[in-house]
Amino acid sequence: MQQSNAYIITFSIILTVVLGLLLSGTSQVLAPIQKKAVELDTKKQILGAVLAASDLRAMKPDEILDYYEKRITSKVVDIDGNLVEKDADGNAIIAENVNVAKNYKMAPEKRLYPMFIFHEEGKPDASEAYIVQVYGAGLWDEIWGFLALDTDLNTIAGVTFGHKAETPGLGARITENAVQDRFRGKRIFDDEGNFQSVAMQKGEGRDYSGEDHKVDGLSGATITANGVNAMFRNYLQAYKAYLDKLKDSKSEESLALN
Amino acid sequence: MSTETAQAEVKKPAEGLLSKRRKGFITDPLVDNNPITIQVLGICSALAVTTQLQPTLVMAISVIFVMVMANLTISLLRNTIPSRVRIIVQLAVIATLVTLVNEVLKAFAFDMYKELSVFVGLIITNCIVMGRLEAFALGNKPYDSVLDGFGSALGYSWIILAVAFFRELLGSGSVFGVPVYESISGLFGGEFSLATNGLMVSPVGAFIILGLIIWVQRTKTGYVEHN
Repeated sequence: MQQSNAYIITFSIILTVVLGLLLSGTSQVLAPIQKKAVELDTKKQILGAVLAASDLRAMKPDEILDYYEKRITSKVVDIDGNLVEKDADGNAIIAENVNVAKNYKMAPEKRLYPMFIFHEEGKPDASEAYIVQVYGAGLWDEIWGFLALDTDLNTIAGVTFGHKAETPGLGARITENAVQDRFRGKRIFDDEGNFQSVAMQKGEGRDYSGEDHKVDGLSGATITANGVNAMFRNYLQAYKAYLDKLKDSKSEESLALN
Repeated sequence: MSTETAQAEVKKPAEGLLSKRRKGFITDPLVDNNPITIQVLGICSALAVTTQLQPTLVMAISVIFVMVMANLTISLLRNTIPSRVRIIVQLAVIATLVTLVNEVLKAFAFDMYKELSVFVGLIITNCIVMGRLEAFALGNKPYDSVLDGFGSALGYSWIILAVAFFRELLGSGSVFGVPVYESISGLFGGEFSLATNGLMVSPVGAFIILGLIIWVQRTKTGYVEHN
């Protein structure tokens, strides 16, 4: 059956319009649900830095949101350690909505740095951990993560990583709990208080338990590991001003108590 | 689908809903004409998603949905599709369905979406889907096409699930995320432990398992490729 060009063109146009409407309709209907799913996922990742993975997995979505509500207070700071509450247009900035990927493209001084404070239920002042957000490049595409610092603002309480397209079985292992657990207990400042960051080393299987700033690496994924190191160095440095301020206020508090 | 079956009933009172011929549409692709092991189509996704059972199951369900719906749509349109642009029409229909699946996953199973979205997208280029549209749905009635799509997708699904079962068991020591190796070690006390095989986690493992399945199957069915 040989159809005329007019028929083919009409058929194509109708098909395109019908399929296009179908897709945009679905996307419209599902958009709010998807937004919630993304939000839940972000909160899960944030909590993942302070909670054990098995505990988190046992929680239902509502419980996670509820728990997050009760235990996390979020702030946004700039590179000088000042709180940022409103954007240029005077709208309130919400830490969970800060797009770290977009900020990454700006100069470090202009970026917004979200900060999530894990505290006792209902007591925002009784903080238990400070969670910062980090972002950078892996081997193939972006990688990101959350790093929780203990109340000494030095010891790492936990990390979670996410990635877009790292190689399964190699770089993608940064999402495994076994790899993330290696960071726990490491320190980002040395005894003199100088910034050292933490870094995954080349090779895998060595024992770095005595070393404060070295973490066992990823065999076969050195570039991803280097990406993780760079991301920590960049972002922890940027958060340093705020961390210093927190430390000062803490020591004042303890002085006052004495 | 119920309206579809009703139509078929009215049109063909002589042939049963699941007559022998129609059963053949479903059972043939399972073993005798399996898209993966006999036709060796759709290998790429079979290798990529099968490290664990759970994402594989989601992938299988997605493929079943896409194939059934695509076969149905193309079969319904078969007399109106201009033959000169039929390939692009098939592609458009498949791509739309796959995007729908992806959106639904993103909304209701975000963890699966994060893990699978790349591969779900690749269903578009899965040769099995387009192969069935071109070879069957374009020339057959809707109900038969639905059965054919379902059969082929099922043939694809059970193979990738079988591959995933072995890869997850041997590579990660678990089945559907349940740690089997650990429980076995637990039975024999702390000293005893089973080692997982890292090879199974990499795509090479899928090749080996798939090769073994094809070997066993062809030995049983006596299938030989003709040159």
